[in-house]
Amino acid sequence: MRPARKLWAALPLLGFASLLAILGLGLGNDPGLLPSALIDKPLPAFRAARLEDPARIVTEDDLKGDIALLNVWATWCPTCRAEHEFLGTLKQRGITIYGVNYKDERAKALHWLATLGDPYRINIDDREGRLGIDLGVYGAPETYLLDSAGVIRYRHVGELNQRVWAREFAPRIEVLAGSG
Amino acid sequence: MLPEIGHLALILALTMAVLLAALPLLGAARDDARLMATARPLAAAQFGFLALAFLCLALSFVHNDFSVQYVAEHSNTRLPLWYRVSAVWGGHEGSLLLWVLILGGWTLAVALFSGALPRDVLARVLGVMGVVSIGFILFMQLTSNPFERLLPDFPVDGRDLNPLLQDVGLIVHPPMLYMGYVGFAVAFAFVVAALLSGRMDSAWARWSRPWTTVAWCFLTLGIALGSWWAYYELGWGGWWFWDPVENASFMPWLAGTALIHSLAATEKRGVFRAWTVLLAIAAFSLSLLGTFLVRSGVLTSVHAFANDPGRGLFILALLATITGGALALLASRARLIRSAGRFEPVSRESMLLINNLLLVGACGVVFTGTLFPLLVDVLRFGKISVGPPYFNALFVPLSLALLAALGVGPLMRWKRHDGSLLCKQLAPWALISAALGFGLTALLAQRFHFIVALSSALVFWVLFGELRDVRDRLANKGRPWVALWGLPRHYKGMLLAHLGVVVAVAGVAVTSAYSVERDVRMTLGETLRVGPYHYRLLRLRDFDGPNYRATEARVEVLDAGSRVALLAPQKRLYTVRGASMTEVAIDPGLTRDLYLALGEPLSADSWSMRVHYKPLVRWIWLGALLMALGGALAVGDPRYRVARRERRAASAGGIDAARA
Repeated sequence: MRPARKLWAALPLLGFASLLAILGLGLGNDPGLLPSALIDKPLPAFRAARLEDPARIVTEDDLKGDIALLNVWATWCPTCRAEHEFLGTLKQRGITIYGVNYKDERAKALHWLATLGDPYRINIDDREGRLGIDLGVYGAPETYLLDSAGVIRYRHVGELNQRVWAREFAPRIEVLAGSG
Repeated sequence: MLPEIGHLALILALTMAVLLAALPLLGAARDDARLMATARPLAAAQFGFLALAFLCLALSFVHNDFSVQYVAEHSNTRLPLWYRVSAVWGGHEGSLLLWVLILGGWTLAVALFSGALPRDVLARVLGVMGVVSIGFILFMQLTSNPFERLLPDFPVDGRDLNPLLQDVGLIVHPPMLYMGYVGFAVAFAFVVAALLSGRMDSAWARWSRPWTTVAWCFLTLGIALGSWWAYYELGWGGWWFWDPVENASFMPWLAGTALIHSLAATEKRGVFRAWTVLLAIAAFSLSLLGTFLVRSGVLTSVHAFANDPGRGLFILALLATITGGALALLASRARLIRSAGRFEPVSRESMLLINNLLLVGACGVVFTGTLFPLLVDVLRFGKISVGPPYFNALFVPLSLALLAALGVGPLMRWKRHDGSLLCKQLAPWALISAALGFGLTALLAQRFHFIVALSSALVFWVLFGELRDVRDRLANKGRPWVALWGLPRHYKGMLLAHLGVVVAVAGVAVTSAYSVERDVRMTLGETLRVGPYHYRLLRLRDFDGPNYRATEARVEVLDAGSRVALLAPQKRLYTVRGASMTEVAIDPGLTRDLYLALGEPLSADSWSMRVHYKPLVRWIWLGALLMALGGALAVGDPRYRVARRERRAASAGGIDAARA
């Protein structure tokens, strides 16, 4: 009777421990990764206006040729402002950066670039967020690593800074540059 | 300056929580009256500092202080004032502040209204709540500080509140829900206090009953509000989606409902003691689990807050400490828990046991369905999602079984009931209910649905059960209406809550089976027929709101040529976030809702629209309201207050106990 009772009393604890194990393992999985089924796939085809000059059209082909970053940004996004300076540093180091101005207003965006500096080679005007939907953008800022053939190699959600750069981007770029 | 004051107040609140967790518990262990006496002032001080912190954040929103990151991300100068205030809980950090504020509020309430409790019990209960409070305030301080500044480069304007949240329903929904979640912390604290003291009689059940019921009422209202909001705001006409976040609030509700019933049995008859302890721990732990699921980013959902595994890890550690600690304590004290009462297989006790098994079973169904995708993902079997078919297939039969039990349970006596007599009494009513349910469904509905017929039969079954019971109680009592009013409040509360269940079930069954939904093209001046009514598009106009641009359509609803309603659905584009929103137009009614949502413009004078005809949909929320009212009525039963006064008089030495 006694040992049986003890066993019963410990049962909830055991069940709870296994639940914790599952939840803990679940933390390692990021459901946000779900939409980036695009990794190792070419950029989705798109046609959009350039931010600086709406008359000129950009397509996915314009982003090929170099290993590059595709940075999704907007003036309404405080974190974008926080990472803007770092993007300028990257430009000075010779990194090619393309911008996607996401759900923003052209006048505000141009003012931002004029006052804070323009780290982008080309800026895509994605006022409606169409390209954002194709890319599965979760929220600004987001940064994609493209190889020279325009294939998405990595996606980072959130602020891009020196730490993220050194840990996630720099090693991948080294590999890509080595193989290409 | 204000955000810094708020931050400081939060730190001071944390200090109070630490003291609250340490001193009274130590005092109770050492039987030191001075240490135990610190519990109440500390609870008050903790609440004061939390309220100050909350006020500071709210004022930062009112003043549009965009140097505060949280304000910049959830508000905007063009956002109307009342939404700026409710934006305080529009995001992760601020809603967490609301969570701890409410926890502080419940702690203060226990401190204020439990003066008649033995002082060591009160000290332990408040101490345990202090432990919970430490966990959550620390969580804010370490991972989610709402007072974080964006300096020196702060934006001139904010990102605006998510348009989905710019709504009256969402001003009240989270506070209600949190009142419920956090309220279960009180029952949890009473259980842990009892386990700590080793006195595992029924006293703790008596003391925690009203608290549990109040928390349950809030949770019921919170869930109903959330469902109502989803119905009119999301524009799909649905009222429940089995979304992980909805499930996260539904699981504690199911466990809490089971708890209310098993507490009654434990208090009155001394049975199911260990089970009740487990349920009280489960109800609060499921609230914590809900917090984890919503805020850690392990599951995707329309409601999910920003993903952050660091936060997830912290909540997991918190869950492990709080629930794991309580369960370990339970395991070590298990030998002290003995159920006292005995009962026969046919008795109210066994009916309550059936009620509990069904409710816990339903909770298990929801739990499994919610966590299964996570399990599959963890085991590397790929990504799956569990949809409504699973939930409906298992949940509906369990609910119907629960209704069947609900028709008999309250009629039974405690301990032992004459089964054969009961069968004889109830058999005719069972037949009448079945005849009414199936007959009415066959006569009134265009199509016969077996589930609807069965549900309505069970609805009649429960109603007749209630009426019979009331009639028996009123027999020989003179004028029935006066006597009805004179029935004990807890009994009237139970009747009302059970009536609420029946009303909600009727609403769910009929709406699910007989709603009509059509996507149509509406052109100016043309008339279309959907369900029993005709719709005509009269006018289209564009206008500007405070922080959005909108198109509004005016649609006339006609029944046999005469106007029933004029509906004005809108499509809004919120300029700051660039998000487009559908404002549906609803003509509400007790028997049916007419629901109209704008789709897309098809040409200059025509739009695609979605038209719904939803019979009895309002009954779902009406039922929830009745349940909550029933709970409130039961809590207000004067027998509790009388008991307290008597005990207070009797316990001049402060030995005996009363309930709060």
